[in-house]
Amino acid sequence: MSLNQFSALHVASRVRAGELSAREVLESSLSQIHAVDGLPGSLDQKPLEPAEEQKVHAFIRLTEDLARQQAEEVDRKVADGEDPGILAGVPVSIKDIFTLQGIETTAASRILYNFKPPYTATPVKKLIEAGALILGKANLDEFTFGSSSESSAFKPAPNNPWNPSRVPGGSSGGSAASVAAEEVALSLGTDTGGSIRQPAAFCGVVGLKPTYGRVSRYGLMAFSSSLDCPGPIARNVSDAALMLQIIAGNDPKDSTSSVVPAANYLEALKEGIKGLRIGLSPDYTHLFYPDFETGELAMEAIQKEISDAVLYAASVMADLGAEIVENVPLPNAKYSIPTYFVVSRVEAASNLHRFDGVKYGYRTPLEVEDLQDLIRRTRAEGFGSEAKLRILMGMYLSSEGFAANYYQRALKVRAMIRRDFERAFDPHGEHHLDVILTPTTATTAFKRNDVFGNTVRMQYSDQMTVSANHAGLPAVSVPGGLDADHLPIGIQFIGPDFREDMILRAGYAYEQATLDEAWRAVRPAVLRQEVAK
Amino acid sequence: MSISKISPELFHKLVGLAALELTYAEGAYLLTEMNHQLSSVNALLQVPLEEDIQPTLHGIECQGAGPRADVWQPFPTPSEILAGAPEVEDGMFAVPDVKGAK
Repeated sequence: MSLNQFSALHVASRVRAGELSAREVLESSLSQIHAVDGLPGSLDQKPLEPAEEQKVHAFIRLTEDLARQQAEEVDRKVADGEDPGILAGVPVSIKDIFTLQGIETTAASRILYNFKPPYTATPVKKLIEAGALILGKANLDEFTFGSSSESSAFKPAPNNPWNPSRVPGGSSGGSAASVAAEEVALSLGTDTGGSIRQPAAFCGVVGLKPTYGRVSRYGLMAFSSSLDCPGPIARNVSDAALMLQIIAGNDPKDSTSSVVPAANYLEALKEGIKGLRIGLSPDYTHLFYPDFETGELAMEAIQKEISDAVLYAASVMADLGAEIVENVPLPNAKYSIPTYFVVSRVEAASNLHRFDGVKYGYRTPLEVEDLQDLIRRTRAEGFGSEAKLRILMGMYLSSEGFAANYYQRALKVRAMIRRDFERAFDPHGEHHLDVILTPTTATTAFKRNDVFGNTVRMQYSDQMTVSANHAGLPAVSVPGGLDADHLPIGIQFIGPDFREDMILRAGYAYEQATLDEAWRAVRPAVLRQEVAK
Repeated sequence: MSISKISPELFHKLVGLAALELTYAEGAYLLTEMNHQLSSVNALLQVPLEEDIQPTLHGIECQGAGPRADVWQPFPTPSEILAGAPEVEDGMFAVPDVKGAK
């Protein structure tokens, strides 16, 4: 087994014990990146050589020098008998939406192509303080606006390591791909409507969206401020628990970050799931997709292999002593995407007004008449189509005359989505659930360019994940098998407020019970190619 | 049920308010997509709202310590901020003239 396949827990324990140097781990990771990643994302979009089409392209920028300094510091601490941190020597990628002082932070947008932030995001700072090695900034959809990573201004966009003709999902596509391709052990992503869990499902890794407020948003470039959640992406549940342990906690620099103490997530894994009440809902078996002429929502069944995987997981967990509760009503989940279209676009439009070519980032090189002309041209050239679309849609939906019908109504439907979950988790209610088990996605990873450009279809790929964002609840996607095309399937556990320990327990129990299943021995295509060479 | 659409006139007004400029093709694409998204959003108009439901800005009630005191705190290295600006003059961000300003 190569060093790159080791879990973060294993790497950190060996580095801390002096059995392995951080420098060795770093070189192994860099070697893997150089073997499988190919060209980093760039604004200079040239046609790709055929061999590059088979690469992962997870990164916009590698930060080798920084990682080397961090590795030397970890090794020095070990040699001097100092505590190097609980993530000592663990290679990590950071979604390029988090600031890292002095390192370009682009949000995958031309408008920030040269932005070097003067401060570091709190979750990134915590990872560095814990001894992690920051290997690079991972590619994503521009400003996190998408579900395939194809809207990045930095091309090539990431590919899915399981089949490079497929998307890795998004918006944390580079993050999930970098973990699946064993380039890093962990990645820091963000989840606004499913942007950690959907790519985790598509790439066959674990992705956790914490409770809103569990992890500080300081230094995260805001998309939709009431929904954005930083969270971990890892190859197994224990590593996700470890990373969450590090990044969770109150931060005075984010007034919405919670003062509720974080649990010991790693310890919680040992508790098992005997007696845990796990709900299944009939409202998570279909997409509700609109007819563009009538606005009526029509039902589309999700991919059968995925619904079968959910039922199989339920049976595995029942065998472990969990109680499976069927027919849990979550009737407002079908309105999650329409609600998301409103809430997220209104908040995005507000957040994107700050980019004007004055204080930082891109400024048009053209001659301009005055300040207004400068701002208009800078934004026209700097933003991609998806960003412009979200600005315009957000402005429309919140404008006078429409806000009452759309924005105010969406905030009420959001409250009803939340209420459905409150009823399901109510300890004195009919179902008194501990967790809810659902599919993470309606399909496995789709082909590049198949959906991109159809912004409604793209948004509906988040239908299974976005309810948890509206409700502020924690949810985790864990690998649940492979489909007939050898593409990963994700299953999702949703828990009550601040019960990340509960969803991690559920995910861990399922993971451990299925460790010996044949599908777990199958490796992503880009890794099989490396072995063949 | 027929649903409302965003007219080209309203769309162009929004483009101006958003401080954007679009090519013809880009404008046509974005208006089409906006109307497609609106057909999804219009599903909200059919939702039977529960009588006692109140709008929520966050799914979960914020459990934070609340906003910091509104006290000026100087950034330790303003030169780092200015270094990222497209144009600087005398330690300030420089911009072209504002139309109509003296």
